[in-house]
Amino acid sequence: MSDQHHAIEFQHVSRTFGHGKNRIYAVQDVSFTISPGRVLCLVGESGCGKSTTGKMVAGLLKPSGGRILYGGRDVATLSDAETKYFRRTVQIIHQDPYASLNPVRSVRQTLSAPLLRHKMVKNRLELNNRLHDLLMQVSLTPPSDFLEKYPHQLSGGQRQRVAIARALTVQPEFIVADEAVSSVDVSLRASLLNILLDLQHRLGVTFLMITHDLAVAKYFGWNGQIGVMYLGRMVELADTVKVLGDPVHPYTRALISSLPEADPDKTRTKERLELRSPDIPSLLRVPPGCSFHPRCPLYEEGLCDVQVPPLDVYSSDGHKAACWVMARELQQPRARDRIGEQGVEERAI
Amino acid sequence: MAVAASAPTRALGIVGGVLVWCGTTIRIMARNKAGFIGFIIVAVMTIEAFIAPIFINFNTAADVNAIYQGPSLHHLLGTDSEGRDVFTQILVGGQDILEVGYLASAFGTFLAILLGILSAYAGGWLDTFLTWVADVFLTLPTFAIYAVIAGTVHLNSNVALAILIAVFSWAGLMRAIRSQVLSLRERDFIEAARALDLSLPHIIFKELAPNMAPYIAIHFVIGITAAMYAEVGLLLLGIVPLSGQNWGVMLNFAWTRGAIFYSGSLSYILSPMAVIVIFQLALIVWTRSLSEVFDPRLRRGA
Repeated sequence: MSDQHHAIEFQHVSRTFGHGKNRIYAVQDVSFTISPGRVLCLVGESGCGKSTTGKMVAGLLKPSGGRILYGGRDVATLSDAETKYFRRTVQIIHQDPYASLNPVRSVRQTLSAPLLRHKMVKNRLELNNRLHDLLMQVSLTPPSDFLEKYPHQLSGGQRQRVAIARALTVQPEFIVADEAVSSVDVSLRASLLNILLDLQHRLGVTFLMITHDLAVAKYFGWNGQIGVMYLGRMVELADTVKVLGDPVHPYTRALISSLPEADPDKTRTKERLELRSPDIPSLLRVPPGCSFHPRCPLYEEGLCDVQVPPLDVYSSDGHKAACWVMARELQQPRARDRIGEQGVEERAI
Repeated sequence: MAVAASAPTRALGIVGGVLVWCGTTIRIMARNKAGFIGFIIVAVMTIEAFIAPIFINFNTAADVNAIYQGPSLHHLLGTDSEGRDVFTQILVGGQDILEVGYLASAFGTFLAILLGILSAYAGGWLDTFLTWVADVFLTLPTFAIYAVIAGTVHLNSNVALAILIAVFSWAGLMRAIRSQVLSLRERDFIEAARALDLSLPHIIFKELAPNMAPYIAIHFVIGITAAMYAEVGLLLLGIVPLSGQNWGVMLNFAWTRGAIFYSGSLSYILSPMAVIVIFQLALIVWTRSLSEVFDPRLRRGA
């Protein structure tokens, strides 16, 4: 691992699947930057392109369009050796620990393979020490109880810890956590998140946390950013505090208003944003213009269903959102003022 | 821990490792009683078949005074049309049959694994072509083709016969392996292995193959039975050269030399059939333990 961690940057990245009539845009024109040691949480409904984005970050899928920069260099132009290095520095933790561990390989086999392959240990003793370390890091103690176990002998939470330990074998600088805590019991979720947070604090690991659960994003990404995705596009991107406290995009507002609060009185009296339709459109028939317009409570005919709104900087603190209506409300007072001034000038002339 | 172990020490370590592995495997197999009995019978019969010809010098001289005798203390399973001891023939007659059975199934399984994985990983036109060839082989009337080829080509070695049988028996397993690889390679654990930059051989042989191992092993064992039947069938019909002494040749002689007309020759006719059936049955029963050896999820206890 190099001493210097690198930023990962997406520039207008798209990814399509299928051909001709069945072509879908899983991810379309997505741009963001994750600085070393930071956290970006991607939230959105299923099918919004979060996981596809995560797989592209991890180098497991190639983008169909746009560029992915790693430390300022386009990953498509990296040499074979550099690509391998890049791939190794970015690790992925999958959602389903029942599918992400090979059922016929013991914990020891699963964790040893990458250590031996990349010559990260010199001999058996070092290997054993490292295996113990790894299991301690994910709180599987005592390690000797777990090394010879097969996945089917472990609980869901324990499996997910093994999956995290496996990602740590190669000392990654970047971890893509694809719904990594969604499939475990709520009681275990916090402990898993704490393990990941600890890695972020202690080792400076950069995180892309993919989740459909805003509560997870709130807990894990409090000091980072949240990107809200909808039907393959990024519709809002800002600091976590901003997105949760002062959401701009109507979709984000709907998501947040549906979030239950710890205080039942608060939840009951909370203002709910009613969507015009509860159904997500099919990716095969993405609505024209802003893809959210068939469900959007702020929908205006002729404005929202014509052109795709760009992800524009909405306020001076870098809060980005893609919404025609909100952009107009922001700019209109100024625009009106300008018209007013011009009118005065014209009259004066 | 010694960092630089000397060569003999390392060799000892490897031998020890193999012994431990064998011990563990046998212990796992012992958990399934029926399967373990099958394994013991297969092991004993195989060892016997390959060792017996070294120690037993089968006397081919005819004894006209002892034709078609029933079982007796002197001739445990009676005598054949030339008055020779049947029990001795059973003991030494297994080698050819088992050799062809094991070899044919090994060749066929190897071919199926190779082509199945290649087809799934290559994709495109190669996949289409290989799948098409497999389909053609699946529809061929195999035994008729064995008969025709064996009748035209002089197959005087066990290896040649094994190759002939293997060439026509890989298609089914190949199709199964191809589809299993296609399904397995999309699993998350393979994606994780790719992200960890593990090598392609590692992914194929350490991650994918063990998941298919129970299926392949069972197919291999059943392949042995199929190859043995094919060979015995060809020998019975007299299509391949009747060289040496084996269970198939015995059946052929019993049939062509009219053994069915003598009451005393019953044991002569039944003996080769019985050993073949016992061996086949043991193989099939053995497969019950095999799945436990290769799939840790099926192992009972710790």
